[in-house]
Amino acid sequence: MLYSRKQPLIRRLRATFSHKGRRKKEPNVFAYIARRIVYVVPIVISVALVCFLLVHITPGDPLVAVLPADASQELAAQLRAAYGFDRPLPVQFGLWLMRALHGDLGNSIATGRPVLAEVMRAVGNTVTLAIAAAIIGFTMGILLGLIAGYFRETWIDKLATSFAIAGVSVPHYWLGMVLVIIFSVELNWLPAVGAGSGGSTAWAWDWEHLRYLVLPAITTSVIPMGIVTRTVRALTGDILSQDFVEALRAKGLHETGVFRHVIKNAAPTALAVMGLQLGYMLGGSILIETVFSWPGSGFLLNSAIFQRDLPLLQGTILILALFFVFLNLLVDIAQAAIDPRIKRG
Amino acid sequence: MSELPLSATVDAALQAAPATKARGYWATVGRRIRRDKVSMACALVLLLIFLSAVLAPWLGLEDPYKGSMIRRLRHIGTSGYPLGTDELGRDMLARLVYGGRLSLVIGILPVILAFCIGTSLGLVAGYVGGKLNTAIMRTIDVFYAFPSVLLAIAISGALGAGILNSIVSLTVVFVPQITRVAESVTTGVRNMDFVDAARASGAGPFTIMRVHILGNVLGSIFVYATSLISVSMILAAGLSFLGLGTKPPEPEWGLMLNTLRTAIYVNPWVAALPGAMIFAVSICFNLLSDGLRSAMDIRN
Repeated sequence: MLYSRKQPLIRRLRATFSHKGRRKKEPNVFAYIARRIVYVVPIVISVALVCFLLVHITPGDPLVAVLPADASQELAAQLRAAYGFDRPLPVQFGLWLMRALHGDLGNSIATGRPVLAEVMRAVGNTVTLAIAAAIIGFTMGILLGLIAGYFRETWIDKLATSFAIAGVSVPHYWLGMVLVIIFSVELNWLPAVGAGSGGSTAWAWDWEHLRYLVLPAITTSVIPMGIVTRTVRALTGDILSQDFVEALRAKGLHETGVFRHVIKNAAPTALAVMGLQLGYMLGGSILIETVFSWPGSGFLLNSAIFQRDLPLLQGTILILALFFVFLNLLVDIAQAAIDPRIKRG
Repeated sequence: MSELPLSATVDAALQAAPATKARGYWATVGRRIRRDKVSMACALVLLLIFLSAVLAPWLGLEDPYKGSMIRRLRHIGTSGYPLGTDELGRDMLARLVYGGRLSLVIGILPVILAFCIGTSLGLVAGYVGGKLNTAIMRTIDVFYAFPSVLLAIAISGALGAGILNSIVSLTVVFVPQITRVAESVTTGVRNMDFVDAARASGAGPFTIMRVHILGNVLGSIFVYATSLISVSMILAAGLSFLGLGTKPPEPEWGLMLNTLRTAIYVNPWVAALPGAMIFAVSICFNLLSDGLRSAMDIRN
């Protein structure tokens, strides 16, 4: 108190607003980010544990898919030892985790190929689908949300809100079927299934291939569209009702200028929601990929389940979950980095 | 002519005025939601679907299991089959009505189970706090590391197909979400004066949780749980759609959608009908939950 009273006002102000004054806060953000990164380690280990245990909650012998029906007791015992199923669970988990850390997720029982390679090839197609859907869903969601929030309680708002509620309530696998019925069966405009010539590996960004992406991408985009619309609408409404907007208008700022402030204030939260949605699209694509026979990770998971291909099932789920964990991490870091108001204790 | 009823209404309103003060929270919420046209319309649609599912055997419908090779995939509006027939010649109307029985149970039961388990876990975690809270909430975090669709399919896929397994897997998906909400509202209430007062007057932790905290947090958790029913309906039908839930020949909307998928080139709109039922139930629950939330938000 005494110290500050002695200091001239101008120096105190300079200390508050200069770069030096600001820099003092920065380590907080870095400390937060560092803590957030460290926190990922136990989560990753637990996720691996859940994936490992998945195989062990399956009813019956995990060897049932590889053993011939008339296998002798010795052969079963041999295989059990070869796969390490005869050791205690914690030891099995440790060994499995060590191998997984070296990129060895075992071999697919159905094809005999390494699980990691199979999954990574499929994940590429899922990422393509998710990005296309994100472009459609996020653009629509942001536009609808801004309009609905700006024209609150008018018919425009009601229309946009109904659209959003329909988006989050629709069973997307059914929407996919309906789109196929309209655009493939009735109109014959777009292909119903697959990813174009060349199968799952030869994806290219030309119309010949993009035609196959249109319907699955629209179908995937409806849920994020609905959720982003609702989020952006609520944020816009909240921000517009704050005092500083009144002040901006009072000083004569044009509505487009006010809008710029709204967007700036809504961006961090909206980005966080969109990041999460991207993660859900990557991880939850199984139903849509099944409807459209899209050769992505979800389709792979589906075949793994029905062929009882447990290493493939385990590996696919592990990799998709890890994608989700790291995407969440990125979202949190990005949010902390762009939102100056964020205070993490 | 029109004046008389008006004055009667005013009289009634005047008489009712003292009663307004005495009206409790839930009565106010009930009154507010009854005035909400959208919520009431949704409640009516849901009631109709529920009643028809429960009363299905007495509605004079065709046998939903009886097929016929000569009348397969009839179109909507065929005489005798108002909604057509499916790929095995079974009456679609009967199967849609009967399908409500299983679809509603596997869609709603996981949320009810998760509501009970999640509320208890969250209440204990929030009230006891400390190490127990950390243990429960960090375990919950692990389940948050999976997208819910992936988690449901992973558990269902590992356990194998079946109604019970799909209910278990969906319950596991929703417990963490409800626990997190329950924990946060409980933490908000536990340090309030009336809890201290109850403790000072000698109430044990169990009594405090049951009597003093539960009554104050149940409303918020309940609204959150109702908003999950829509997701649960879609996921439960989705599991059956993948072949992980109900087994044929049971009528269930998700499974019907799956088996009719092969018929979309022959009779597309009949194939889409079961999905429309899932959509109707899901959107009604969503709108009803929104209505309930705004009715309970008395401050606005």
